[in-house]
Amino acid sequence: MAIDSLEKNTALSRANVYFRAHKIRSFIGLALVLALTIAASSIAGFDLIAGIESFPKAFGWMANNFVPNQDSLSNAPRIMQKLLETVFVAIVSTVIGAVIALALALLGARSTGGNAVISALIRTFASVLRNIPIVAWAIIFLFSFGASTFTGFLALALGSIGLLTRAFMESIDETSQSTVEALKASGASRVQIIFQAVLPSVLPQIVSWVLYMIETNIRDATLVGLLTNSGIGFAFSIYYKSMQYTSAGLTVLSIVIVIVLLELVSNKLRRLIL
Amino acid sequence: MSKTPKIQRGALIPLRQPNVSRTTLSLTLGGLMVLSIVGLFFLDIKGANPWQAMIKALEDMGKMFFQPVIEHFDWQDIPLDLLITLSMAFLTTLIGAICALFLALLSARNIGNKYLSGPISSFVALIRAVPTVLWVLIFAVSAGLGSVAAVVGMSFHSAGYLVKAYTESFEELDDGVIEALKAGGAGWWSIVFQAVLPASMSYLISWTFLRFEINFVQAVALGAAAGAGGIGFNLQMAAGHYANIREVGTFTWIILVTAIIFELVATRLKEKTRLLL
Repeated sequence: MAIDSLEKNTALSRANVYFRAHKIRSFIGLALVLALTIAASSIAGFDLIAGIESFPKAFGWMANNFVPNQDSLSNAPRIMQKLLETVFVAIVSTVIGAVIALALALLGARSTGGNAVISALIRTFASVLRNIPIVAWAIIFLFSFGASTFTGFLALALGSIGLLTRAFMESIDETSQSTVEALKASGASRVQIIFQAVLPSVLPQIVSWVLYMIETNIRDATLVGLLTNSGIGFAFSIYYKSMQYTSAGLTVLSIVIVIVLLELVSNKLRRLIL
Repeated sequence: MSKTPKIQRGALIPLRQPNVSRTTLSLTLGGLMVLSIVGLFFLDIKGANPWQAMIKALEDMGKMFFQPVIEHFDWQDIPLDLLITLSMAFLTTLIGAICALFLALLSARNIGNKYLSGPISSFVALIRAVPTVLWVLIFAVSAGLGSVAAVVGMSFHSAGYLVKAYTESFEELDDGVIEALKAGGAGWWSIVFQAVLPASMSYLISWTFLRFEINFVQAVALGAAAGAGGIGFNLQMAAGHYANIREVGTFTWIILVTAIIFELVATRLKEKTRLLL
């Protein structure tokens, strides 16, 4: 009896120690996050109160200006045209980027490439492309290609190549390693392996990635358009700066509609393909 | 029951049978090809000579990558500028994560409210559909251009992204555990704090860090495009104001190295939690 209760006591105290340690750890974690938040706020000049205070006015702005009126509807054709420009630039840059990325990925993937040096080079190249922000690419190409849609196209295409090369490489290595080995053992040539086995099996994933990338690129194209004076970003900034807020509101609304539609379509396609 | 096609004597045996997924795939590929060809007509370089421009672009890249300089900025200020961008990314991620946690707990099908799940995910899809820079500019109407509008505007997108990610992490949890706790009489809060959060913590951390990585890039972009300060603003000044490609090179290098370090950490975290992305 005595020993039994003693055991119970030690177990209880052990549990207490565990929970106390757990509490202390959570407390230290929270304190650390809080300290970092205060430091970051003062470094960046961010004021939480001012941020919260800006909400009513920003939402009021949206409520007022997202409802189209005479003024904004007269600008609707121009907004549509700029929107089309952005959507198409996003699609071309994604598709061309994807074609280049696929070639690079086939050369660099473990199962289809084979040469370790080339593979390492391609990985580094892709990493540099995707880790330089698209905005930086746009700023760089403004020097040579000026404020034009081509600058935006190049920036988006390079970013897409960087991201898709890595994504495709991972898809290729995940889906086709064993098949490739079997085909190699039976004497199939590299071209045969790529076209008969690898591509058919990774194509659904590739298309899924491309659809995702188009969506991202439309959003990024808006941002890039602000810098390169083209597309929907430029339209927004003109209306915004000239205080034609209802037209600016209609511009935002049109982007939202396009992206939501695109997301619905690509989700549907993805479900059918994958 | 699938129908087996009748094969006539002497006829070729069809190696591939048509099915929905293959047809959709070819149609999608064809559609994308047509759209890209149409899209080519939207590209213009405003009368510049393409070959000259291409050669200049290559020369520029050589200069920026191999001869970076600092001429118009102080060396001592640059770490602080990088810190400003990192701070904006941190604050945005934190605010986004806190909002997302609550919304995701409400919208996850296994622990949340079944009536709220649909509305929350549609609402979040709408928030994500507005490009970040437009959120920032909308908030700039009331808060003025600067870090307040930037952080608040970026937080919207962060929250939208993380709600989706967190909800999926919660929904992957074993339903048995939650049902057992419910059957044992545990309340909602204790289920969340004792089972749901501890079990999905590693996923949550990975997703949050991935978002931090994205937010760093966004903070750079907004510094350049929406006057939010930090290293992105320097980049824009070096290019737009001083037109110095070699100085652009310096800032590009700084951003590149920082981004690569974050990517390496994120890859590590992803491998640890076997996150699919």
